[in-house]
Amino acid sequence: MNIAVCVKQVPDTTQVKIDPVTNTLVREGVPSILNPFDGFALEMALRMKDLAGGTVTAISMGPPQAEAVLRESMAVGADDAYLVSGRAFGGSDTLATSYILSRAVAAVEEKRGAKFDVVFCGKQAIDGDTGQVGPEMAEHMDYAQITYATEVVSCSDNKVRIRKETADGYDVLEAALPVVVSVTKTPFELRFPTVKKRLAANRAQIPVITPEDMEAQSLIDLARCGLKGSPTKVKKSFTPVRNKVCNVIEEDSLSASAVKLIAVLSNDKKI
Amino acid sequence: MSQYQLMTDDQKDLCAIVHDFCKKKVDPYVAEWDEKSFCPIDTVKELMDLGFWGIDVPEEYGGADLDVSTIMYIRMAMAYHDAGFANTFSAQTFGWKPVLLAGSEEQKKKWGSLLSEQGRKFWSMCITEPQSGSDAGNCKTKAVKDGDDYIITGNKCFVTNGGVADLYTVTACTDPTKGTHGISLFIIDRNMPGVSVGKHENKMGIRTSNTTDLALDEVRVPAANMIGEEGTGFKTIMKMLSRTRPTGVAPAVGVAERAIDLAVEYSRNRLSFGQPIGKLEGIQFKLADMEMKLEVSRSQLAYSASLVDKGIYDTLVGSCTKCFVSEAVLDICLQAQQIYGGYGFSKEYPLEKLVRDARIYSIYEGSSEIQRYIIGKTLVGKL
Amino acid sequence: MDFSEYKDLWVFIETDEGKAASGGLELLNPGVQLAHRLGQKAVAVVLGKDNAEAERAAIAYGADKVISVEGDDYEEYTTEGYTYGLNQLIEKYKPSILMIGATIIGRDLGPRLSCRLKTGLTADCTELDVDVETGNMAWTRPAFGGNLMATIMCERTRPQMGTVRPGVFKKVAPDVSRTAEIVKESIPVPAGVIRTKLIESIREAVGEMVKLEDAEIIVSGGRGLGGPEGFETTIKPLADALGGAVGASRAAVDSGWIPHIHQVGQTGKTVAPKIYIACGISGAIQHLAGMSGSDCIVAINKDPDAPIFGVADYGIVGDLYQVVPIMTAEVKKLKS
Repeated sequence: MNIAVCVKQVPDTTQVKIDPVTNTLVREGVPSILNPFDGFALEMALRMKDLAGGTVTAISMGPPQAEAVLRESMAVGADDAYLVSGRAFGGSDTLATSYILSRAVAAVEEKRGAKFDVVFCGKQAIDGDTGQVGPEMAEHMDYAQITYATEVVSCSDNKVRIRKETADGYDVLEAALPVVVSVTKTPFELRFPTVKKRLAANRAQIPVITPEDMEAQSLIDLARCGLKGSPTKVKKSFTPVRNKVCNVIEEDSLSASAVKLIAVLSNDKKI
Repeated sequence: MSQYQLMTDDQKDLCAIVHDFCKKKVDPYVAEWDEKSFCPIDTVKELMDLGFWGIDVPEEYGGADLDVSTIMYIRMAMAYHDAGFANTFSAQTFGWKPVLLAGSEEQKKKWGSLLSEQGRKFWSMCITEPQSGSDAGNCKTKAVKDGDDYIITGNKCFVTNGGVADLYTVTACTDPTKGTHGISLFIIDRNMPGVSVGKHENKMGIRTSNTTDLALDEVRVPAANMIGEEGTGFKTIMKMLSRTRPTGVAPAVGVAERAIDLAVEYSRNRLSFGQPIGKLEGIQFKLADMEMKLEVSRSQLAYSASLVDKGIYDTLVGSCTKCFVSEAVLDICLQAQQIYGGYGFSKEYPLEKLVRDARIYSIYEGSSEIQRYIIGKTLVGKL
Repeated sequence: MDFSEYKDLWVFIETDEGKAASGGLELLNPGVQLAHRLGQKAVAVVLGKDNAEAERAAIAYGADKVISVEGDDYEEYTTEGYTYGLNQLIEKYKPSILMIGATIIGRDLGPRLSCRLKTGLTADCTELDVDVETGNMAWTRPAFGGNLMATIMCERTRPQMGTVRPGVFKKVAPDVSRTAEIVKESIPVPAGVIRTKLIESIREAVGEMVKLEDAEIIVSGGRGLGGPEGFETTIKPLADALGGAVGASRAAVDSGWIPHIHQVGQTGKTVAPKIYIACGISGAIQHLAGMSGSDCIVAINKDPDAPIFGVADYGIVGDLYQVVPIMTAEVKKLKS
């Protein structure tokens, strides 16, 4: 099995704060991390490799420092990693990003001399929160897609069975390879790195795939990348305003407060 | 959980593994383990399985061959989460060190190699006896030659990892007429007939580190289990200590880092007379004194570790480091407790444990008095 | 691209066993208003095996017109079957705007379809507006874990597509006497288009458990519960007494106290019940992103400075284990 995982470096949005004075996002000092959903996708890829053998290749699109998440991926068990990086890719929306990534997958396939059987990605990145890149990659590549995946059930005879979340339970879907699998929160966490793999990852050469190289190989149409390849534009951004006044119920005792609360809710016809 | 400017990326990344692991697998349970005096040996082994078995073992025996500086930072990282956890790990890595220093090639392959089935066995070093603590040369455990074997009888106490180890490195006297030159070192398997593990010591601090007595009653040990020549045991131990003592106290720094982190957080959030107590100069000066001691302790440890990595084994430096750091860290923890006020005295909050844990460092592995004795004697010389 | 060919606002009506799911019906509320401001029609689009019930619902909830595609190929949702069908419809009718509920199905279908159409899709919108001059939609959505709102436009391509968070908009009162044109289409899906096969489908505790997104009352537990037992002993009894559903914060889910299916927030479900009772939930912005649209929010938390009180209508500062059981008893008294 040749397995690819797309990973992204994101700011840890749980540590982002709003400046109370300017009401703007404070991004300084916020650590960059591996997108948590990509971590689940990576773990699922590694489990598939444990199950069916083969290799796991991590691919990330981003600035040079995004290399860190590729090394992190190798530290937990990815066999190799590629960084997709270049100015022409900046400002891409999800349609352009998914196009670039799908072409990058082709470029990596060419370098490795083998097609990928499964391309994993996280359900969404916690900075953009769109959840669109996975299905759009599947469409660009004309592969079947399975989204909201939580577990690989089986993998044999050129077919995978994947358990996926539904609104009120789960489905098991079967797809012939190749397939794109987009992974939501799984019942398991990403495994820890090991000492030797971590040290080897720090020494690994990570090839960079640039827009120029891809264009020279006729692998990409740069008109479909970056701002000019993006149909959507961010017109403005702002921080959400919250200014509710909470009616704190404070009677003599907590139980009296609880009784009062239910009485108030009942009076207001809330319950 | 600060990082030193001198740390390499590798060192930072390996510490990150430890921190990540401990945040998930140690922090949520450590208060309960401490309360019950429980040694989480399975959790320690789970971490070791990430490649920390034999991190000091040369690559030819399957180890990661990390230098003393790196292992020191790793132990500090563990102690940031639990001093006892770091102690369990450290005792394991020290346990088979004599094999590496004085063992035969055959022994190294058999006992030291991660490639052998012994690779994931847990080690424990047994020197101290009821009548001999600091005077390690006063060894009453006896080893009597009997054909190809030795028959070993005696009692060891304060054995770190005694109840959780598979293998013990034991000092025993093979010739009572020769003093320290009559002491030899043996590898004893827990399953050998005559080995019995005593009860777990109910300690003030590092309660998650297992400490027991070990009774040896006519244990038959093959001569092949003797490390080095007969009578070289004490020399081997001293050789080992010259390499391990300079950084032995490193976990104390992890404890102090935690204490300062907690104290700083508390001073920023605790309101008194309508303002955070961190605004008070009295608190700031206290924190400043704590940080000074921590910075100097760290730097001294980094220096000590570099010396060992360069092959310079300086007893004076080792003793200075051990004595200074252990006392500085206890003081840091006491001051952090003072800032925490009543909450620092309550078992509901994490600070009280740090004070108890920090107490051990100036007592064990050569007390402050022994260290001062060594330093003083070295300075004055023979008179 | 000649924009004048593109008109009308479409709302995709997701169905479940032939019934229109509330996600799509909710969208008819803003959909109709926006379409009428443009002087265009709000069109409900239904795919399924037997759409009669869903068609009627769409009209009752305000659709000006229904396009209905019926066939065995659409009995169960498949990514590729539905993408095929909708793509055919869009090429034929050329809508200007397409809105899809940001449900698990909507977020699977939306990007696949927008990519096929090579048009822009804005994910998980919470505010909608339209520029009457240009016909451009202004899609507003949270990003950065709910810390930032962004308004996005798709000015160069048509149709403009967006998935819209369920629960953000309310359904209008249905008018069963309304009538509207129903256009029937037959679009068989060619063999080989659908490359996935459904092997097993498990619905958890149907009947007994109220679906979070549909619940009118939600009682949620967080880190303050201190362990998994709290959900059984404290949260669920209050939810049961109120006839509501059980929710959870990410902290509780991450600690393994309750399955992810109960998670409310940016990476869980978005809910907008009539009453949301948050017990032992501090109110991280990621959690608020999933529930701040609730009509009435009640917070019970030990920490008076917990951000949850910043969005709550009513609050009690105190140990939930002392407060919630009394509330449960009071509710039972009221109901008996």
